[in-house]
Amino acid sequence: MDKCKPNTSHIAVGSDTASAVRARVGDKIFSRLTLFFSVLMVAILIALLVALGIDAWPAIQKFGLSFISSIEWDPVNEVFGALPAIYGTLLTSLIGLLIAVPISLGSAVFLSELAPDWMRRPCSFVIEMLAAIPSVIIGLWGLYVMVPFIRNPIETWLGSNLGFLPLFQGPPFGVGFLSAGIILAIMVIPIITAVSREVIAAVPLTQREAMLALGATRWEMITRSVLPYCRSGLVGGVILGLGRALGETMAVTMVIGNSYALSPSLFSPGATIASKVASEFNEASGDLYIGSLIELALVLFAITLLVNIIARLLVWRTVSVRGTGE
Amino acid sequence: MSKWSQNWFAGIAAILIAAVALAGCSSPSGSPAASTATPAKSINLNGAGATFPAPLYTKWFDEYNKLTGVKVNYQPIGSGGGISQITEGTVDFGATDGIMTEAEMTKAESKNGPIMHIPMTSGSVAVIYNLSGIGSGQLKLTGDVLADIYMKKITKWNNPEIASLNPDLKLPDAAIAVVFRSDGSGTTYIFTNYLSKVSQGFKASIGNAKAVKWPGDIGGQGNAGVAGQVQQIPNSIGYVELAYAEQNKLAWAQLKNAAGNFIEPSLEATTKAAEGVSLPDDMKVMLTDSSNPEAYPIAGFTWILVYANQRDKDKGEALAKMLWWAIHDGQHYTSALSYGSLASTAVTKAENAILSMKYEGQTLITR
Repeated sequence: MDKCKPNTSHIAVGSDTASAVRARVGDKIFSRLTLFFSVLMVAILIALLVALGIDAWPAIQKFGLSFISSIEWDPVNEVFGALPAIYGTLLTSLIGLLIAVPISLGSAVFLSELAPDWMRRPCSFVIEMLAAIPSVIIGLWGLYVMVPFIRNPIETWLGSNLGFLPLFQGPPFGVGFLSAGIILAIMVIPIITAVSREVIAAVPLTQREAMLALGATRWEMITRSVLPYCRSGLVGGVILGLGRALGETMAVTMVIGNSYALSPSLFSPGATIASKVASEFNEASGDLYIGSLIELALVLFAITLLVNIIARLLVWRTVSVRGTGE
Repeated sequence: MSKWSQNWFAGIAAILIAAVALAGCSSPSGSPAASTATPAKSINLNGAGATFPAPLYTKWFDEYNKLTGVKVNYQPIGSGGGISQITEGTVDFGATDGIMTEAEMTKAESKNGPIMHIPMTSGSVAVIYNLSGIGSGQLKLTGDVLADIYMKKITKWNNPEIASLNPDLKLPDAAIAVVFRSDGSGTTYIFTNYLSKVSQGFKASIGNAKAVKWPGDIGGQGNAGVAGQVQQIPNSIGYVELAYAEQNKLAWAQLKNAAGNFIEPSLEATTKAAEGVSLPDDMKVMLTDSSNPEAYPIAGFTWILVYANQRDKDKGEALAKMLWWAIHDGQHYTSALSYGSLASTAVTKAENAILSMKYEGQTLITR
């Protein structure tokens, strides 16, 4: 990036000095402007944290750490706890990733390594289009098309055949953690696929050729050379998907059943942090109630931050172990 | 690529969250004080609040604008929002489906002076169900039984308590899937107010609010969410606004009112509810469990909130006139939009409230 700037001004020098001066002034303005934008972003982030902290203060003061561990959410008696929402957020994201990661990686490998040329572009285009569908549309589709299908046959089948597992107990309502997880999978697949495809495509051809020259099969080339080479990028893609899953609101609210429950069953209706805040913020009144909802948002913020930090560390570790930088 | 898009993504997210946070904290919605620059003749009134009466209010303000030229902007941001906006003084009037709490009244009074509740129309909550072979209006329930269902004490349709109310119906030996409103709403407020009145157990364990701690199964987002779940899930029960149930032809239950009659929800039975409840002068009263023999028991007013002491003479006068029109001529528009008109007793009380609105100690309009 830095190397580009002197290049352009050299070209300007070639024509005449006045335009060179103009270009240098332009450079200055440009660099100030970009500096301003990046500082602005950081300032917004800090302002956001401060504002959330101030509004959440009544709840932080009242409940302290028990906010994280309590399962109560009782607006009438003003007792609030976040545990079921935290649980729901992590559980649905986990289900989403468990489904999305294999599918996304599989299709990314296919599209970049195996697919015939005529398929490659249209296929990736369609997958990326999926990411552009507004979440409320996905939510409506989920509620009216997917949920009835999940209720019967999927949940009834799971319940009658695997019902001995705590995961698949309880009445098959259709709405619940399972549906929310599947909706999230659908929403993050295009993100993970798109990133993974780019990352895999960026692996140098020499890596592949060397592997093939050693007599490796295609499978060996992909699993032993291509994927390990770009592992950090793939993890980045997955984390990007996870970030979306953790914060997704609308579609999840429509299919999760919005019960404040802490149940091991995937059939159970539940809530996520984002869905809880979205559901109740409009009509909430009283400093403690609103403060608790905002503290929920802070908790989500912290979870997202934590996930990002872990991801950075993971990427950094794999990169330094393998000694291959990006 | 991944790093870049990650930052970009986080940036967008931060902006969105910031926007939401700002909107939630204290953003003045609409454009208050927009009228100060224009001559006194053209008056803009700004209001915000409940979503339930929004279709009616939109119709009213449109008609009223044609009649008088007074422009009324109404933002349906929810009752909670309506209360906080009028408390902060960013609107000329608020609107709510629930009564302001003592704490809210005190806070508002300390900021911009006392606030009055003026009833505009009434609505009711229909109990809907999905039972194969049992049509609309066939199922009979009492408040007690309904409360037990929502407390998950009665969990099966063929429970003797339900069966004894419905000797002619073949009720299934199936679990009741209980559907509630997951978002805070005036509908839940009216519904839980009724159940708290008829069941001490409900009052003690769940209570009356716009959002409560439901032990029950599934939460739906809005009327559409609740109705959608009830229509999809066999053997379910739920509650929605009467207007919504009517427009979507949902199967609803008859409820036993305080006089002992089983009543189907209707606009007439909603209006009747106000005639069996003694109305206090401040009109902060719920119409649930009315003693009128023809009343449907789960009904309530929806109110417009105004300052008892207006801050601007012209605006105050325009507001009082508009409200006066709404509780008289405006009532003709209610039934077409599935709202219950105000009972005559309620109109009288509302008149007194409007006449008592003041600007610097002077009354704004006279009869």
